[in-house]
Amino acid sequence: MTDAWWAPYLFIALAGWIATDIWRWLGVVAGNKLKEESEALHWVRAVATALVMAVTAKLIVFPTGALSHSPMELRIGAAVIGFIAFLATGQRVIVGVIVPIAVLASGLLILGL
Amino acid sequence: MGIFSLPSLILMTSFVGFSAFALESGVTRGEAVFMTLTIWALPAKMILIGSMVSGAGMAACFLAVTLSSIRMMPMVASIVPDMRTAKTPTWLLLFLSHFVAITAWVYATQNLTKVPREARVAWFAGFGITLTLINTAIVAICYGVVAAFPPLVAGVLFFLTPVYFISSIWASARHSVVKVAFIIGVIGGPLFALIEPEFDILYAGIGGGTLAYLIDRFWFRRKIVPSSTEGEP
Repeated sequence: MTDAWWAPYLFIALAGWIATDIWRWLGVVAGNKLKEESEALHWVRAVATALVMAVTAKLIVFPTGALSHSPMELRIGAAVIGFIAFLATGQRVIVGVIVPIAVLASGLLILGL
Repeated sequence: MGIFSLPSLILMTSFVGFSAFALESGVTRGEAVFMTLTIWALPAKMILIGSMVSGAGMAACFLAVTLSSIRMMPMVASIVPDMRTAKTPTWLLLFLSHFVAITAWVYATQNLTKVPREARVAWFAGFGITLTLINTAIVAICYGVVAAFPPLVAGVLFFLTPVYFISSIWASARHSVVKVAFIIGVIGGPLFALIEPEFDILYAGIGGGTLAYLIDRFWFRRKIVPSSTEGEP
């Protein structure tokens, strides 16, 4: 690598831009072949949802940064209580966001973290 | 337009956090802006910065980023059939796919079918491109202004994203298979992270997604012809 001003940009374009967009482009190629309501599309939906939820659950169970030193029971408890509140109130997304945040914040305050 | 909707606002706070993270990691303002525009997905950018800071070479950075981005393929593939018409050119879909990341994907699965089919490509272009440009501007402006949040605020901001995904993906599930995959993914993600941390997301996603499909097909939909079964939640 050189020390030219554009060197880090070239690095980002290759190791970042191409590395992510290649999968998006393959997604278009694959998605173009899928028929609406086909069994293949059901499977693709299942894989996409499972992938996103696996990433999401890991953010709660194994967080990085600010929450990495908070108790795991508090984070999982806040998420579970929030999801129950969300289901109990007719699946209102705003409830599913505010309730777990409130539980987590109170927990962090009480524990003095 | 959904730019001032709950998911966009949550995403914008995440990008304020990203500008602080970029500054802290020694990434310049120009590089942080360039990453936001070209990579867009937040986890991929965090991984790229993490690898660059650790001194990894081009090949190692590429590998780390690309492994974390495989999920883009099924995400894009699952919305393309809902988005296109018979006349939509492929180059346009290739261009627009760049603006897919988790938030835009969740928002698109939730709202795409409410838009008349002929207008869906334009609707996604308007939402997706605006969301990317606004967050690029946020990084450009907030870089160096917001050094770091107090721990409590940072923790709460970090928690917003996963709890938002949990309720919005469940609420927007129009097919039973999405709910089955949701439950398997939530359990499989952390489980495989303990068993096989290198490829946990792949196992949980491809393995868990396939299991979810089979459970749905041969249990929940065993007697019925696909579609016309479950209503809007």
